[in-house]
Amino acid sequence: MSLISAVDINKVYKSGEIKVPALRSVNFEIESGSFISFIGPSGSGKTTLLNLIGCLDKPTSGRLEVAGESTSDLSRRGAASFRGKNLGFIFQDFNLIPVLTVYENVEYPLLIVQNLPYKERKHRVHSLLEKVGMIAQMNKYPDQISGGQKQRVAVARALVSNPRLVLADEPTANLDSKTAFMVIDIMRQMRDDFGVTFIFSTHDPKIVGEVETLYTLEDGLLVNTSVGKGGRND
Amino acid sequence: MIKLFKIALRNLIRFKRRTLLTTSLIAIGVLFVLVFIAASSSFSNIIIGQITDSMLGHIQIHKRGYMASIDSLPLTMNLNEKAWKQFRSAAKAIPEIESISPRIKFGGMFSNYMDSTNIRINGVYPDMEIATIPLLLSRVNKGEKAIKKGEILIPELLATGLKVKVGDSVVVIATNKDGSVNGKSFKVGGVIDSVTGPGGRDGYIHIEDAMDILRIDQLEVSEVAIRINDFSKLNKINDQLTEILSENKTKQGKQMFDVRTWEKLSPFYNISKMIDIMTIFIKIMLIAIVLVSIMNVMIMAVYERIREIGTISALGTMPEKILALFLIEGFSLGVVGVIAGNILALLSIFIMNMSEITFNFSRQTGYVLAPELKIGDIIFVSVVVIIMSVFATLQPAIKAAKMEPVDALRHV
Repeated sequence: MSLISAVDINKVYKSGEIKVPALRSVNFEIESGSFISFIGPSGSGKTTLLNLIGCLDKPTSGRLEVAGESTSDLSRRGAASFRGKNLGFIFQDFNLIPVLTVYENVEYPLLIVQNLPYKERKHRVHSLLEKVGMIAQMNKYPDQISGGQKQRVAVARALVSNPRLVLADEPTANLDSKTAFMVIDIMRQMRDDFGVTFIFSTHDPKIVGEVETLYTLEDGLLVNTSVGKGGRND
Repeated sequence: MIKLFKIALRNLIRFKRRTLLTTSLIAIGVLFVLVFIAASSSFSNIIIGQITDSMLGHIQIHKRGYMASIDSLPLTMNLNEKAWKQFRSAAKAIPEIESISPRIKFGGMFSNYMDSTNIRINGVYPDMEIATIPLLLSRVNKGEKAIKKGEILIPELLATGLKVKVGDSVVVIATNKDGSVNGKSFKVGGVIDSVTGPGGRDGYIHIEDAMDILRIDQLEVSEVAIRINDFSKLNKINDQLTEILSENKTKQGKQMFDVRTWEKLSPFYNISKMIDIMTIFIKIMLIAIVLVSIMNVMIMAVYERIREIGTISALGTMPEKILALFLIEGFSLGVVGVIAGNILALLSIFIMNMSEITFNFSRQTGYVLAPELKIGDIIFVSVVVIIMSVFATLQPAIKAAKMEPVDALRHV
């Protein structure tokens, strides 16, 4: 059974009297453990699709199942709970909580969302911070670290709750090439270590060259599915 | 919950200047309200204490209708000895009644053999009167602090007007119930300060001298003053007395006696009520300050952190936790403001007490203001401010909790 199944997904935004179709009859299936990317120009519907998969938004019509759950049927609280248990997010602007240290940012989903005991939280946070190479900076605040370091913290935060799927919206857009490759490497390593599915939305060629499968969107239509250069290291 | 508190407090520290301004505003509001409450209640208590302890007593009993014609001090509306005995037994039945004092009040002429003027006189039993009106003798500013047979305590205005000194011989002339006039000479035993309110410019003599002038053989009483040992039970005791004495009815079936607290006898009660109303308005102003300042700050806080709200919502934070996060921020602002305000208020009141601020009221001068904060007032103001802080945060917090994560993340 596939991790994500999208059948005839449509999303229409309303701006006053005007209806703007963002996605039109999109169909796809994504297997667990994939490392894939939605690509396309600005306004093609990449972020909209990621928002739908991430239960941040609901499709206007069609059926979208993520990890066996129909996201259209989820209530507001149900969607929050589902995200907390199954999904991790990496944002273009890192979106770390400025008043929390690196350690506390990574700990946040375990403490506030999953309410895990202290020992388990500590073990998981330390383990992930070591993997992303941020253990030495764990007591620093986001404004005391670089963009690349922030994104590594964001990767650790996305993975700390053991999600089945990590959604990354333009994760390298604000990073220089060297840092971007390093972050992608870390993410692929995480995928290999934990079997987590990574889905990106991007038009960054650095990512495009690293993923296994590319879904190309244009004007809300899924126009092409192709195999990328990246793949499992095993 | 502790973690939410930690995040909320760090968010408050993050915007130091704004937090400082808001908490300062709340603290200043709390400071003014508490100082006003303490100072105004001190003022009221001093004046009420003066009125009740140096003149009126806490409760008075009269024959029904006497108060309506008090200006003429009618001897025909005096109560007889039987009634007085009834009052004494009624007072004994109520343990909170500390003392009771009968008075004969009458109007007459006062002469120093050269000039004369009118005077209102209270004939009292000194021991009973002093037990009921303990500050009476403190009003004696010249002469011996005592009421003795053959002596009269005269009000200061009269002493000044007629140039009468302590030890001088004077005559008091009065018309008795039958219409005949009688006079009696007295030695001026002392001069007493006037006080505000009815009876504040009366002279005092021994009740037996009063009976002598009025040619009364058996005790008659114009009014009975009562002192209680717990002022907070004033109305309860007044009701008890009224109930006990309500058995006494006239032939027409009407109540024979009127029982009144000082509140119905002194015009200062209206001033005291006005102060209470002003206190309520000041409290309402404080609530408005807290509401507006916290709501303003929290609306700003939510607006500035829309993307942050979107992020924590995307990470799976439940709406109620987002709500709690902002409510805790508002709550913390209120608590910090209240603590600072209470400390400032206590400090200000301490300084005011050290400074011994004096004030005058009517003809009385040199009252020392002694503001004192009751724990009940501190708790009331603190609880109201904290509740208002949380209430003011409610709208922005609900807005944050209801925010769609997709819209919040898109916010620039």
